Amino acid sequence: MLLGVILLLGLFSVFVSSEMISSVFTGELLRDTVIGSLIGSISAGNPIISYIIGGELLKEQVSLFAVAAFIVAWVTVGVVQFPAEAAILGTRFATARNILCFILAIMVSIATVTTLMAIP
Amino acid sequence: MKEKRATENGVKKKGKRESYYGLYFLGVVIFLYIVLFLLKPESIQIALKASGNVLIQIVPVLVLIIFFMGVLDYLVKPKTVSKYVGKGSGIKGWFLAISTGMLSHGPIYIWYPLLKELRDQGMRSGLIAVFLYNRAIKIPLLPLMVYYFGTVFVVLLLCYMIIASILEGKVIEMIEK
Repeated sequence: MLLGVILLLGLFSVFVSSEMISSVFTGELLRDTVIGSLIGSISAGNPIISYIIGGELLKEQVSLFAVAAFIVAWVTVGVVQFPAEAAILGTRFATARNILCFILAIMVSIATVTTLMAIP
Repeated sequence: MKEKRATENGVKKKGKRESYYGLYFLGVVIFLYIVLFLLKPESIQIALKASGNVLIQIVPVLVLIIFFMGVLDYLVKPKTVSKYVGKGSGIKGWFLAISTGMLSHGPIYIWYPLLKELRDQGMRSGLIAVFLYNRAIKIPLLPLMVYYFGTVFVVLLLCYMIIASILEGKVIEMIEK
């Protein structure tokens, strides 16, 4: 199981580039936040990579809401690791946890950026 | 006695099913590699190299976790687990799950077996979810996060993430009941 996840991570690092990620954002705030969470969920790897990609996305005028959702989902939702999580901790637990993390990534992003904007 | 034997059989069956699931998963990934090797052989070499790097990075943590599991199995009794992270653990249990989650190292998937063992000994599912969520807060990486997004953003994000982890733990407990 562990070997499978590691091999899958290798494939991700080669076939999913930061250009591919930035090309899917539309400019619409809420939709981009959901897209950010979705892409963060299916991506995997060291969180440093998510910060670097997040920084690049901000430079390309992608909203902070989307970027925040992206970096939170990157570390909390694990689509790549899901088979391992389901096999060891149970499908019900893994499914509920990952769906909740996906929704919470959007909520955390909205709460963080809204509070940030409210601070003078 | 009969009940105990039935539970043991159930655990054995579940373990067997898990190992088959793992093998199927590995088989699918290997199949993907073979297909992609036929299409883009040079990319597969890079992917294998990247996987090798990940493996090298996680070996020390993996060794540590296997050691922890051994110690846990030998020293920690279900009663102790119940006391600290079990049903009656209260606010201490939540605090422990949050802080140990933040301090834990390595990729998330290598922690699953240890958490399963703790759950088998009485750890609450909600606290497992809290632990896994707070693993997202990487203290050594905070300076880098501040560099990219600013201090105020990072502080706010971390506070909301801790709140989110508690919320998730509560919901998981409601679902798992």
